[in-house]
Amino acid sequence: MLIISMFCFSIQGSLGDPTREMAAMSMSDAERENLRDVMGLNDPLPVQYLRFVKRALQGDLGTSYFFKEPTLDVIMKKLPATLELAFAASILIITISIPLGVFCAIKPRHWFSRFTMAVSVIGISIPVFLTALGLIYLFSITLGWMPSFGRGETVHVWGSWSTNFLSWDGFRHIVMPAVALSSIMLPLFIRLVRAEMLEVLSSEYVKFARAKGLSDGPVYLKHALKNTMLPVITVGGVQIGIMVAYTILTESVFQWPGMGFMFLEAVNRSDIPLITAYIMFVGFLFVVVNTLVDLLYGIINPMVDLVGRRQ
Amino acid sequence: MKNRFLLTTGLVIASLLAFTTASAKDLRMAYDADPVTLDIHEQLSGGVLQLSHMSFDPLIRWTKELAFEPRLATSFQRLNATTVRFTLRKGVKFHSGNKMTASDFKWTFNRLKQSPDFKGIFANFQALNIIDDYTIDLVTTGPYPLVLHTATYIFPLDSQFYSGTDANGNDKAAIVKNGASFASTNMSGTGPFKIVSREQGVKIVFERFADYWDNASKGNVDRIVFTPIKDEQTRVAALLSGGVDFIAPVSPNDFDQIRASDNAKLITMPGTRIITFQLNQERRKEFQDQRVRMAMVHAINNEAIVQKIMKGFATTAAQMSPTGYLGHNPNLKPRYDLALAKKLMKDAGHENGFSVTMMAPNNRYVNDDKIAQAVAAMLSKIKIKVDLQTMPKAQYWPSFDDRAADIMMIGWHSDTEDSANFYEFLAMTPDQSTGMGAYNSGNYSSDYVDQQTVKANQETDIAKRTKMLQAIENKMFQDAAFIPLHWQNLAWAARKGVNLDPVVNALNFPYLGDLVID
Repeated sequence: MLIISMFCFSIQGSLGDPTREMAAMSMSDAERENLRDVMGLNDPLPVQYLRFVKRALQGDLGTSYFFKEPTLDVIMKKLPATLELAFAASILIITISIPLGVFCAIKPRHWFSRFTMAVSVIGISIPVFLTALGLIYLFSITLGWMPSFGRGETVHVWGSWSTNFLSWDGFRHIVMPAVALSSIMLPLFIRLVRAEMLEVLSSEYVKFARAKGLSDGPVYLKHALKNTMLPVITVGGVQIGIMVAYTILTESVFQWPGMGFMFLEAVNRSDIPLITAYIMFVGFLFVVVNTLVDLLYGIINPMVDLVGRRQ
Repeated sequence: MKNRFLLTTGLVIASLLAFTTASAKDLRMAYDADPVTLDIHEQLSGGVLQLSHMSFDPLIRWTKELAFEPRLATSFQRLNATTVRFTLRKGVKFHSGNKMTASDFKWTFNRLKQSPDFKGIFANFQALNIIDDYTIDLVTTGPYPLVLHTATYIFPLDSQFYSGTDANGNDKAAIVKNGASFASTNMSGTGPFKIVSREQGVKIVFERFADYWDNASKGNVDRIVFTPIKDEQTRVAALLSGGVDFIAPVSPNDFDQIRASDNAKLITMPGTRIITFQLNQERRKEFQDQRVRMAMVHAINNEAIVQKIMKGFATTAAQMSPTGYLGHNPNLKPRYDLALAKKLMKDAGHENGFSVTMMAPNNRYVNDDKIAQAVAAMLSKIKIKVDLQTMPKAQYWPSFDDRAADIMMIGWHSDTEDSANFYEFLAMTPDQSTGMGAYNSGNYSSDYVDQQTVKANQETDIAKRTKMLQAIENKMFQDAAFIPLHWQNLAWAARKGVNLDPVVNALNFPYLGDLVID
């Protein structure tokens, strides 16, 4: 975290002058300098960094220039929207990719398998914002079925968490962003599940299970699928972390009031405290996700020994 | 008798019903960004001024034809060279319920003089004197022609509401740029709409102020839901899919789509923001030669840029002042002539050309980076090889301050809607002590322009002043002081039934209080 924060500070100079966003073009240089003084931007970088670290240790990551609130509060307010979007996209990915991947592995020569693989190649090469704009054009403008922006009417749950899943309007608003977001990961997962499944199917123990006289169903679902899931979870965990990055694009197209959109705007506005806090927060998130994945791995695969005991 | 009573009652009820149905209108609008603050003195920017017109009222305001229209002042008259008297409207209430009087104006004026962003505009003003509760005098330090122009910036704040200290013991009137303050999160003005709720960056809900003074206004919008939508295509999609009723700004790329739609209409009008390139005479000796500058101006086909890149959504310019400004000199025409440009280069001894650097922003003006590319290509025709760099505005302004390239793009909108403002910032010799020429990255320097601009700002006779300003434009035209491109047009789009046309203006602050929705 220390390294991330140092990195953020070192690139600060190239992020632009925040006073430009805060003041009129016609403001005099003297006034601008004055403002920079008040904001502490004229101090040498090490001084600014030490001040930042001192405050950060007390849980204060600075105040956003634009939102005029502590950056952590801003991020916490935006976090639920992003997490819900990522969650909705994950659900889509899981429920679609596993059946399709398994099917493609079991019946590789079936026309539907070939079709799925072909579509997934196209899907993986279309950028997410293009998918998003296509969805908006088709379902919002042409057909008029779906709302094109924002979260709509959300239901307040707890603290800063309002959910999209408890109202029809909120649900309608999350469908297209979630589809767009999942579109980039979905082909990857279908191919991953298929490849792993194929490998498992050709392994010794599956052959043995068949030789034992088990019918196809249990062999596929009970023996093969379970082992297929191991690498899928590893990759999936990391990919979900990356998905947070992809929300930047999806959120800005759909005006989704989440963290990704907030970050993009902060960069546009040279809102340096918010940029720093966001990058540190995302770094933290990656660490947490990777740790969780490792733990999960241990539960599913008994061969992995977390504590390092000898058997 | 009874019948007549019944009839009258019936009529009253009917008209009441008609009134309520006519007035119960919602407007869902989407701009590219929401105002940063509720404190209208904190930042001089389009978003904050739009908010000022929604929730406050100025003394006087600009009409669509760039004339003055009384608002909180019922009349105004010049008493002498340095004093203009305003008679204030009676019976005006603030959102808090307080009555508006002359003391609110004095309080507001003093606060404006403190505001880092606004004090520059009010630099020539000495005092606002209270004559009685409903009469004020604006006194300038010397003869000053732009008193009325400046009065459009005086939106009185509720002095009682903003006086005292807040829960944290801070002064309620404090202007805080870096952080939250009472004034940036609370407001009380006299304007048509008061704020019901606000979630920064997500949504603001306005409601019509029940005690609004302007009963003559036909405006029937009861509630405004303001949503910022950053992405221009998403904004257009929101309008076309019926998610919002009114959007701005609109990119020229989306015009056809809106025009083709059955539900929406496009409203455009000429704007007053000039887009130019400045030629840095300090960095490049070549640019000190008037013939070279002249050659470059002749090499640029600004009509083609307007037609091809701006898709007709701009007005070609040969000077800084747009039509409607006093300084607009009708004799000055765009002068694209490649043969002449080549000849001028030859005369100047640069037949074989030279290499220069150029910088332009890529997210500040409409199609700014594409314009810069086109200009670079056009300059290559007279063998000036351009090394172009475009960058986001956040990085561009520090580079501009450093004068980091030989040719730099700058667009300018005059805060006073007056020509002299252009010259003060873009054309006068840069001078740290007076703050003049702050955005003159070309270091163009002309005694004539310097002196005449100062003189024009002391001349209160409009006819004489017009002549002076037009002469300045002519001088810069002859000197080829800069490369003029065009004035950006303005565009809004609205659902059919939202009668936006009568309330828009070249200042880009639609007067939504007067908006009528069918």
